[in-house]
Amino acid sequence: MATTNKQDPEGYWKATIKLTISLLVIWFLVSYGAGILFREALDNLSIGSAPLGFWFAQNGSIYVFLALIVIYCRKMTQYEKKFGIKG
Amino acid sequence: MVDPWTIFWVVLTFGIYIGIAIWAKAGSTEEFYVAGHDVHPTVNGMATAADWMSAASFLSMAGLIAFLGYGGSVYLMGWTGGYVLLALLLAPYLREFGKFTVPDFVGDRYYSKVARVIAVVCALFVSFTYIAGQMKGVGVAFSGFLGVPFNVGILIGMAIVFVYAVMGGMKGITYTQVAQYVVLIFAYTVPAIFISLTITGNPIPQLGFIGNAAGTDVGMLEQLNKVVTDLGFTEYTSTTKSKMDVFCITAALMFGTAGLPHVIIRFFTVSSAQAARKSAGWALMFIALLYTVAPAVGAFARMNFVDTVNEATYIQDSENYEERAAQILADGGKPVPEWYKSWEKTGLLKYDDLNGDGVMQYRGPAAPDGIANEVVPNRDIFVLANPQIAKLPGWVVGLVVAGGLAAALSTAAGLLMVISSAVSHDLLKRTFKPDMTEKQEMFAARVAAAAAVVCAGLLGIFATQLPFVAQVVAFAFGLAAASLFPVIFLGIFWKRMNKEGAISTMTVGLVTTFSYIYYFKFGGGTSDQWFLGVSPEGIGFVFMWLSTAIGIGVSLVTPEPPQEIQDLVQDIRIPGQRTSHGMAEGGMTPAE
Repeated sequence: MATTNKQDPEGYWKATIKLTISLLVIWFLVSYGAGILFREALDNLSIGSAPLGFWFAQNGSIYVFLALIVIYCRKMTQYEKKFGIKG
Repeated sequence: MVDPWTIFWVVLTFGIYIGIAIWAKAGSTEEFYVAGHDVHPTVNGMATAADWMSAASFLSMAGLIAFLGYGGSVYLMGWTGGYVLLALLLAPYLREFGKFTVPDFVGDRYYSKVARVIAVVCALFVSFTYIAGQMKGVGVAFSGFLGVPFNVGILIGMAIVFVYAVMGGMKGITYTQVAQYVVLIFAYTVPAIFISLTITGNPIPQLGFIGNAAGTDVGMLEQLNKVVTDLGFTEYTSTTKSKMDVFCITAALMFGTAGLPHVIIRFFTVSSAQAARKSAGWALMFIALLYTVAPAVGAFARMNFVDTVNEATYIQDSENYEERAAQILADGGKPVPEWYKSWEKTGLLKYDDLNGDGVMQYRGPAAPDGIANEVVPNRDIFVLANPQIAKLPGWVVGLVVAGGLAAALSTAAGLLMVISSAVSHDLLKRTFKPDMTEKQEMFAARVAAAAAVVCAGLLGIFATQLPFVAQVVAFAFGLAAASLFPVIFLGIFWKRMNKEGAISTMTVGLVTTFSYIYYFKFGGGTSDQWFLGVSPEGIGFVFMWLSTAIGIGVSLVTPEPPQEIQDLVQDIRIPGQRTSHGMAEGGMTPAE
């Protein structure tokens, strides 16, 4: 990977932690939140013909999990460039 | 009756696995343990998916969801959400650490042979409980569909795994797992597409799941709710489990997944931290292909089962099926479906005509009409019978059996790798016989893999005579969540975590979780004694917090880890900075 910027391991680690925490908050909200804790409330809404809370528990959360990892990979690659870290 | 297509697919796929084994023979310990650290992220993702999806995921999960409805969500979220934890918290850092096994990380990071040996105990315990179930699955597939006795079936399965695990090590396993993934995903999704078309008119199961029932404007799930409650079952989209319990089981499965050694070691096979992250994403994508289809298959299968079997007139084996079925139809009745009759022989479906009317009544525990249930389906039947229910050609039916075997064998192989490397690398090379040459270690690894295959086979043969095979899986996840996950996590994110803390965390997690599960599964405990209302399946999550808290407490009152270790932790956090750290490496240079 081309490293045009100066190495900044500390900045890299801080950015990584921040990103990790934000993504884990979403991870918690879609599975434990939408799929379990607030399921009854969400079941009043629907996606297609399925109750929304139930759908999150059985299908929706999995799509979001996948999206979270994709975002994480993209962001981390950006950070590696930005902070001059060899990926 | 043995279906020629089943034999064709099983022989063909087994031939492919052996061919790959011969091609991918391992030449060094690095190839044997971690496939040379240079597997492409996508390839590793596919191998991880096959490694992860066991006989239980393939054969039982959809059926389990069909019976549990919303309650089945714990498996769907639990077994996929763990990959987010792996990708964000463990995989890239463990790859940056750059060793061979999970106990390797624990032993080096906590500069302690004791910690390493406890981690070996955890890894072996988790892997052996898991592998018994896989071997049982292999035995069932062979005895049910190939007309081979159960024990002979296990022996054939053992022989196949023996060839590619002992010869090829991780390298052989990686490439056979890729082939096994292709077989199993094809065998799973093709019948699902046709079932979806039958029930909802939509070829994509995930869309059929949220769509309307075929030919109506009523939601498929809404109709299913009505159908099952009319028969006295719990509404499909709700559960009888408490919210607390659903939460804890989901969490125990997630953290357990992230801490399972056979999943973690797959991330040692790629070339860098970045590749490990990508690989986790690919793995989850390949897993999601099956896991988003499974709940749809579960709901469709339940609906179809009620539609076709309930109130159907039974046809005895002594009668000619076609003639009798035509006669029942002419009388305005519903004959028992043909797929039911052909699967009845496997013992997965049971009908007991309690009221002697010759009609099959399928009812729940609270049936409004007070009629007793007469039909008992096994949860594995839904995936197995799907192709026939959807009236697919004979070659697809045989493919499902090959898919089930692929799922069981790929998982068994991954577990064997954990067992053999824990013995040859962690116990021998790194603890008791550090003066072994690479050649000797390689030999030891092969002998350990061979011995593990034999033990696993024996476990499969004997454990099936015991009633608790399915129950012990709770052990694997609970123990991984309460012992391995916290020490690995803290080892990366908290430099202050020391040897004493790690040993306390693993010991507390192991002892509390084991005792709790043992007490409630085998010691006569009843559900009203559950701690905080949490079942044994979910308790690993509760004890994970306890073991973590104790580990942190112990660390704070004992000396901080040596500077070299803290430098090592700093290194693995930042890709490309890993250097050798004397004592932390146990006399080895980092495998970079």
